[in-house]
Amino acid sequence: MTVTLNHCLGLAAVIFVTGMAGFIVRRNAIVMLMCIELMLSAVNIVFAAFARQHADAGGHVFVLMNFAVAAAEAAIGLAILVEIYRRRRTVDVDELKTLME
Amino acid sequence: MHSPETQTVVQESLLRWIVLLPLLGAAINGLLNRRLPRAAAGAVACGAVGLSFVLSVVAFLRLAALPAGERLLADIVAPWLGYGPLRVDIGFALDPLSAVMALVVTGVGLLIHIYSLGYMSHDKGFQRFFTYLNLFIFSMMTLVLGENLLMLFVGWEGVGLCSYLLISFWFNEEANAAAGKKAFIVNRVGDFGFLIGTFLLGVTLLPHLEPGEGLFSFRVMQHHAHVLAPVATVIGLLLFVGATGKSAQIPLYIWLPDAMAGPTPVSALIHAATMVTAGVYMIARMNFVYVLAPTAMEVVTIVGAATAVLAATIATTQNDIKRVLAYSTVSQLGYMVMACGLGAFAAGIFHVMTHAFFKALLFLGSGSVIHAMSGEQDMRVMGGLAKKLPITFWTFLAGTFAIAGVFPLAGFFSKDEILWKAFSSDGGGVALWLVAFLVAGLTAFYMMRLVVLTFHGTNRASQEVRHHIHESPLSMTLPLVVLAVLSVAGGWIGWPAFLGGSNHFEHWLAPVFADGGHGAAAAAHHGGEALAHGAAAAHGAADHAGDHGHVALERGLAAASLAWGLLGLSLGYLVYSRRTKVADTMRGLAGGWPYRILLNKYYVDEAYDGAIIRPGFRFSRTVLWKGVDAGVIDGLLVNGSALVVAVIGSLLRLLQNGLVRFYAWSFTVGVAVFVVYLSLKG
Repeated sequence: MTVTLNHCLGLAAVIFVTGMAGFIVRRNAIVMLMCIELMLSAVNIVFAAFARQHADAGGHVFVLMNFAVAAAEAAIGLAILVEIYRRRRTVDVDELKTLME
Repeated sequence: MHSPETQTVVQESLLRWIVLLPLLGAAINGLLNRRLPRAAAGAVACGAVGLSFVLSVVAFLRLAALPAGERLLADIVAPWLGYGPLRVDIGFALDPLSAVMALVVTGVGLLIHIYSLGYMSHDKGFQRFFTYLNLFIFSMMTLVLGENLLMLFVGWEGVGLCSYLLISFWFNEEANAAAGKKAFIVNRVGDFGFLIGTFLLGVTLLPHLEPGEGLFSFRVMQHHAHVLAPVATVIGLLLFVGATGKSAQIPLYIWLPDAMAGPTPVSALIHAATMVTAGVYMIARMNFVYVLAPTAMEVVTIVGAATAVLAATIATTQNDIKRVLAYSTVSQLGYMVMACGLGAFAAGIFHVMTHAFFKALLFLGSGSVIHAMSGEQDMRVMGGLAKKLPITFWTFLAGTFAIAGVFPLAGFFSKDEILWKAFSSDGGGVALWLVAFLVAGLTAFYMMRLVVLTFHGTNRASQEVRHHIHESPLSMTLPLVVLAVLSVAGGWIGWPAFLGGSNHFEHWLAPVFADGGHGAAAAAHHGGEALAHGAAAAHGAADHAGDHGHVALERGLAAASLAWGLLGLSLGYLVYSRRTKVADTMRGLAGGWPYRILLNKYYVDEAYDGAIIRPGFRFSRTVLWKGVDAGVIDGLLVNGSALVVAVIGSLLRLLQNGLVRFYAWSFTVGVAVFVVYLSLKG
């Protein structure tokens, strides 16, 4: 059995929805960051799949760029979380609503 | 000047200085105020007006040197408005009519400035007073010398403002401030009519102008007067509404008696000699419109005559010395307006001039009396002042005889000319003559009553006041003497033909008013309404001694009015000095009702209060304040819009709950809805 475009898109959809659902239902900020990584990975899979489909290296370029963006985002996000934890002793996002209204 | 007429116009840049010098004086006094010593402030104010007077005389002499038909000096300073065909200049013009007014205003104004040096010498607001006086002279000269109707209007509003400032000069007392407000508001009512009339005139005239012609320039308007014929009646009446405000005619005369709240020199300057004549001057200036509007002329005549009677009857019962003079002024203004209504513009202006002399004299005399009586104005506590104030008494007597029309004093000539026009003009007749005749007798009577109550008999004031009675200083008596001389001799320049004179005054003014007749004839020629009456009225104005066949009749009428005036004077003397019981009987006549009605000025103020002011207040309070302002503007518009924003905001704030997961959820749902929408749309 060969891996077709649809297989790749299906896998990507499953991963993306898992990440999205996790981001919505979980309250732990670290888990939410991990869910964001999941969604980004799903997008990477889609890029790679279409790059192969169209025989176009542009998609691969975007995958590489996404890695960089995801790494930066994770680094900054984790740094913020560490700082929040030091001040508030919690990373539960439902309790972090000082900026409401 | 921009007129196609062949008449040459001499440019004379002297004119602007006549107007600007008093403004300069006002600026110096007004800006430096108390930093300026009193002597310097007085010198600046009097110097400015004095120079203005000298320049007026020079300009007058230059004007007189021109041939009779070409007497016009102009000084266009700068363009004011210039939009397409609409063009108005800032400029001044001197013709025989404005020359007379300029000399009277600056001359009498100068005397009153000098008088004020003495009268106001102890007042805290000395510099402020002279600022206002100079500002007034500036406004009045703008009004008189203005080259076009808009310049006239600038001066017209300026004198209204100065009147307000000077009436409420002693603003610490609420009554004075109220009197100032009353004058200003009543005048605004009149000005509204004036403005509407001006607009109508402009709109009518604008399409007919040739390039370069100033829209409201008097010469241009006169040149094109015939196109105004269809709307002349409306314009005439609207402008007359303005005149009833300024010149204190029915129904807007009510402010003038209250205006006596101001310092006495102000009463003399503004409310007797100059400003109140603005309406008469305006009617005379716009004669070319009025001769096209017989109906408007009739209204002017009737209002003038009615005002003369009404004010004269009120004057017979008042006890405040200045109030008697105020009603006398209203009555005399009625004469002038009536003369203008009859087309006898020259006679009206002649009376403006002589009245300026003797009424300024009478007011300044009363000021001298009030000064001596330590501020008392009630004649019932005066009396016996003749010996203590000899100069004031004799000059006052001269003014009284002048206003009563005793030959050969100034008032005789001007009043007799008006009486004759009332009798002989097409718009007049025996009935009108009788009314004017009655007023002349009443005038003599109440003026003699005033003189007797003030100067005759024994003093009825308290010991303390009596102790202080003294003749006024030279700065006050000198203007009295000069004005007394003018009151005696000022009428001689209008010595009528039927008494062997040649009436220089009317000849001098004839070119101004002859053109009015010319305009009427042109209108008839242009196929407008026949307007025979208007043309005839203008003809009557230009016609000097009247028909020669009437000389005997004219002499007879003059003798009758002289006898009638003397009778009024004698009656006034007898009733109030010898037979005081007669006065008591007259007061008690018919249950005292006629007396009470007159004493309360026909309850006109009360009627205005009940018919206009109170309903106005009620309407303002219930409808305008509580309904429109509080209800619609505050309630519906301001609070209503705030309420809408608040409701929307309180709904939107529910979304801002600070839960990141809720935001993510909304975001997801939003994207889902968008995707579904796009895919369904196909």
